[in-house]
Amino acid sequence: MKWDWSAVSDFMPHFWDGLLVTLQILVLGSLVSFGLGLVWALLMRVPSRWVTWPIGVVTEFVRNTPLLVQLFFLFYVLPEWNITFSALTTGVVAIGLHYSTYTMQVYRAGIEGVPVGQWEAATALNLPLRRTWTAIILPQAIRRVVPALGNYVISMLKDTPLLMAITVLEMLGEARLFSQQNFQFTEPLTVIGVAFIIISYLASLALRALERRLVH
Amino acid sequence: MTSGLWELVLQGVWVTVQLLFFSSLLATAVSFVVGIARTHRLWIVRFLAGFYTEVFRGTSALVMIFWVFFVLPPAFGWQLVPMWAGTLALGLTYGAYGSEIVRGALAAVDPAQKEGGIALSFTPWQRMKLILLPQAVPEMIPPFSNLLIELLKGTALVSIMGMGDLAFSGNLVRLALQESAEIYTYILLIYFVIAFLLTRVMRGLEKKLKAGVGKAPKKKTAAVRVPEGSGVS
Amino acid sequence: MSTDTLPNPEKSPEQSGGELIRLEQVTKRFGDNTVLDHLDFSVDAGKHVTLIGPSGSGKTTILRLLMTLLKPDEGTITVDGQKLFPATEKERREVRKQIGMVFQQFNLFPNMTVLRNITEAPVTVLGMSKDEAVERAKGLLDLVGLADKCDAHPAQLSGGQQQRVAIARALAMRPKVLLLDEVTSALDPELVAGVLDLLRDIARTTDITMLCVTHEMNFARDISDQVLMFDSGRVIEAGPPEKIFSEPEHDRTREFLSAVL
Repeated sequence: MKWDWSAVSDFMPHFWDGLLVTLQILVLGSLVSFGLGLVWALLMRVPSRWVTWPIGVVTEFVRNTPLLVQLFFLFYVLPEWNITFSALTTGVVAIGLHYSTYTMQVYRAGIEGVPVGQWEAATALNLPLRRTWTAIILPQAIRRVVPALGNYVISMLKDTPLLMAITVLEMLGEARLFSQQNFQFTEPLTVIGVAFIIISYLASLALRALERRLVH
Repeated sequence: MTSGLWELVLQGVWVTVQLLFFSSLLATAVSFVVGIARTHRLWIVRFLAGFYTEVFRGTSALVMIFWVFFVLPPAFGWQLVPMWAGTLALGLTYGAYGSEIVRGALAAVDPAQKEGGIALSFTPWQRMKLILLPQAVPEMIPPFSNLLIELLKGTALVSIMGMGDLAFSGNLVRLALQESAEIYTYILLIYFVIAFLLTRVMRGLEKKLKAGVGKAPKKKTAAVRVPEGSGVS
Repeated sequence: MSTDTLPNPEKSPEQSGGELIRLEQVTKRFGDNTVLDHLDFSVDAGKHVTLIGPSGSGKTTILRLLMTLLKPDEGTITVDGQKLFPATEKERREVRKQIGMVFQQFNLFPNMTVLRNITEAPVTVLGMSKDEAVERAKGLLDLVGLADKCDAHPAQLSGGQQQRVAIARALAMRPKVLLLDEVTSALDPELVAGVLDLLRDIARTTDITMLCVTHEMNFARDISDQVLMFDSGRVIEAGPPEKIFSEPEHDRTREFLSAVL
């Protein structure tokens, strides 16, 4: 195997650009998925089949189909409907939407994990429904869901390169562009491969530390 | 859509199904080899297996695919057929996730079962084959079912390499028709149907395997049951 | 009851005489807690020895050491003249074949039928032919009164039935030593008598050496040749059951017996 350190140093400026975009996708995508997932989870508790059934079907559909095709759908179909976003925004929406169908399950488990006695106590105190949710149920549920949400952030990190397929220049996009221009594939692809391993390893360490703090 | 375009989509379905079949076979093999190795009594075996899992779970499946397509050929002087390159990248990556499932299910078997095996003088491998695996495998099916759906979704990544799978056929039809909404809706629906069928098959498999270990006893013979976990651990 | 299905039915003179199990200066610690403290004792072939004493006194630890489920921190353990500790894993495996164990929680394999639970080890470990193993297993199931349960899975049996299968499974290996670890503790009270009666029969009609940890003092009195009273990892009193139960010498023994009897 030929390894060219000068190719690595040539690639590094592009690497940092790509890393910045990757982290941007990750942060924004996580926020979208956390918010949307909570919306789905709460709507699934509305006592009407007219609400829960469509939401259930749509989220099941999104969860069981490839993110890549969903990216293509949004990227090519939205402009046909005269909705134009930048590629990055489209990507963030797609990845956030996709992962919201996972985070909703996390929230559901968290909400169901709150003991029935908490609901009963809230009723006994005559708390209004909104107050019951915001002051009692959600704060307890969130504590339980943080580790699982963290795991999905790490999964999402590994799906960010898919945005390359809709022209976003995140790490893999930068690596491919550099490779095509310089005919050096090994170095940039290996650099970003290692970067992914390091970032996700550090993230899982951070998550474990966070988990320990939440337990105590 | 014309019938010619539909034919294109059907060819894509066939490539996706083949790729899913081969890569799930490889992923299963990797899952069991690495997952069992993580329970080995030699630390070096455990360490290497754990290292494999961390590395392949740590990296992105798409980056792996790029690596197998672009770095392996010049580095080792052989060019893989796209189908095998895709199988290799997906099988190794998803196998790393699967090895966690295997390890977890083996660890969840009651340690008393291992002691029962030692008391009958079984070797470690005999204990694995006769006692631990038969009890752990049925428990692995639900998480493996989820992983299989993830793998199905992962197969779409090879379209970026120009392999003519289902997702790629969608792109071709889009170019032919200059219209996206219809074809991508169809493509997503086909993926959804495949995922639905896979889930059904896996659920049937789980039922069959659980019956095989006496977990679902026939009603008429289950008159007396031992209280589980009674007594001292 | 047919005795030909039982292991070692013939009482050979050299077996009923010599020493079969020997522990010398055995120490076992769990963290800071010393469970066995330089323990010495031996058991002669064919004898039935019961270990009694308060919980945490190290009785079960001895059985688990003999079954190699635990390793001693110091000391040597010998079975039938062969070293169990210290020894290589390979040597240990050979010695282990002569030892059978019945567990408190039965530890039957839920993935196998009752019959296969009994035949599997004779076939894969001892290399017995399948036909012979099945025939012997059926004889043993007959002995334990479960001949009709061959094809059942353990989960379909009561606790008492599971424990009797576990006894048959241990006997199928024709062990020289049978370790019984509180075999009735996990059973519902009405199922205890059946299992104890079975063990009494086996004790009477075979010359298997038995090491037994139990809280059933009447059972201990019936089957034992010798009773060892344990306290804090040491044997504080030993003797025939008539003596230990009727006129114990040690204060701790007296206290213990008055608490359990």
